[in-house]
Amino acid sequence: MGGVLALTRTPVVSGWFTETAADGGFRLLGTRCSACTAVFFPREDAYCRNPHCPGGGELAEVPLSPRGRVWSYTDGRYRPPAPYVSDPAEPWEPYTLVAVELEAEGMVVLGQAAPGVGVGDLAVGMEVEVVGGVLNEDADTRTAWTTWRFKPVGGDA
Amino acid sequence: MSADVAVLGAGMHPWGKWGRSFVEYGRAAARAALADAGLDWTDVGSVVGADTVRSGYPGYVAGATFARALGWQGARVTSVYAACASGAQAIGTARAQILAGLADVVLVVGADAAPKGFFAPAGGDRPDDPDWLRFRVLGATNPAYFALYARRRMAVYGDTREDFALVKVKNAAAGTLNPNARYRKAVSAEEVAASAVVADPLRLLDICATSDGGAALVLTSMDFARSRGIGDPVRIRAVSTVTPTYPRTVLDLPDIATDSAVAVRPAAGSFRASIARAAYEEAGLGPDDLSLAEVYDLSTALELEWYEDIGLCGEGEGAKLVREGATALGGRIPVNASGGLASFGEAVPAQAIAQVCELTWQLRGTAGERQVPGARAGITANQGLFGHGSAVVAVR
Ligand SMILES: [Zn+2]
Repeated sequence: MGGVLALTRTPVVSGWFTETAADGGFRLLGTRCSACTAVFFPREDAYCRNPHCPGGGELAEVPLSPRGRVWSYTDGRYRPPAPYVSDPAEPWEPYTLVAVELEAEGMVVLGQAAPGVGVGDLAVGMEVEVVGGVLNEDADTRTAWTTWRFKPVGGDA
Repeated sequence: MSADVAVLGAGMHPWGKWGRSFVEYGRAAARAALADAGLDWTDVGSVVGADTVRSGYPGYVAGATFARALGWQGARVTSVYAACASGAQAIGTARAQILAGLADVVLVVGADAAPKGFFAPAGGDRPDDPDWLRFRVLGATNPAYFALYARRRMAVYGDTREDFALVKVKNAAAGTLNPNARYRKAVSAEEVAASAVVADPLRLLDICATSDGGAALVLTSMDFARSRGIGDPVRIRAVSTVTPTYPRTVLDLPDIATDSAVAVRPAAGSFRASIARAAYEEAGLGPDDLSLAEVYDLSTALELEWYEDIGLCGEGEGAKLVREGATALGGRIPVNASGGLASFGEAVPAQAIAQVCELTWQLRGTAGERQVPGARAGITANQGLFGHGSAVVAVR
């Protein structure tokens, strides 16, 4: 395409994260059931999935912990099929996937690592933080699809 | 009333990339199973098809599709879908119909014509589908999840890539002895190590391929089997079809996150272990009674996890079993004597049925060069997307 396009930043999925949390940081957003305290990510807005929930609660939006520890990680050395967006004319650049344990929520969340973070930079148990990033840019619709990424705490990647 | 049903017939269409319709594979497998049972298609009172999502409308109504291909004859018909557990759910449905007295002879068929490369979600823009979302947002393929489990084992139990390769070497060796397998060539640990990394730490030869294939079973009531003069058939004694329990704390495809454990304490043991436990309870036997097992080796590392989940060893001890040769043909408890998915590849609705075909041949003592001597009891275990878990126990 060439040229500098003014891209509109749009979350790849709406309501799953915010770039303007109360403390100014990037946060994943889940929901919490007021009746049983269960947390859901991706967010559940219609019903609580805890079978032991007393019921009658409300599902309120809640930011998830900004940091967690690596549960496991891998990468994708081959181009994944659609609907993953990648340019078949470009050489494939492997991405890294990280599964992160969030202690306060008692859950594991999967995400891509920040650009430049490879499997050699990670270890199970390592502390990571969530940051914002761009999943892909669509010149036709002038959209930068934003997403969440994990990167080692204190790393410059 | 006995809760057993008899396996009178087992049949397959050889697996591979044949480029034909799933209907053709299913029909061939069905005819092979009927011939094996010594029964005609017109003797069948009910047909249960395991669905494939990759062949459009006929795939979604597999039961009737196979019935049409065999020739409409008015049988009761059922079509079931549970991703990788579809075949086991089809067997469970057939068994329930027999035990309920709805049919004496039930034909179970599963067949698929798989695409090359990664499985992908159904087409279209569908952000309400978790399976679509994991690809769109993360590019998280099935092998990526298998690799997460493999890496976790390395970190927690000290498993190595060499341990994983041993599983492939073992299963490929068994596959050389199976005429229905797609791959019938021995594989060395060096060949596994030299294959390309797909999702670190897993390599191409650690991950099962996609295949075409078909498998079928003829199941009957014990009374029907006796009426045909078969007093000692292979019997299906249990079919478990359990869901996980909340909170599910191990990340599983296609999910992007686990359940939260803050509200409810997680149950002891894994979901996969609960699948086998339910089957053992129903069958009234345990891991010590097994002669062999067929488990889903979608990846080499995953097979090690199944050893622990079906109770062949304690948690974290799976690699030790494969190192000792305990799970190889000739070992204490052979696992994937058929060659497993490593040798067959995935033909999703057929594979859980194929596992029971293998148990049937082994328990009859007709498995040829891969025969487990004196086999008396076996378990199969598999897992489908979205919380479908199934295991089948067969005895002789
Ligand atoms: Zn609740």
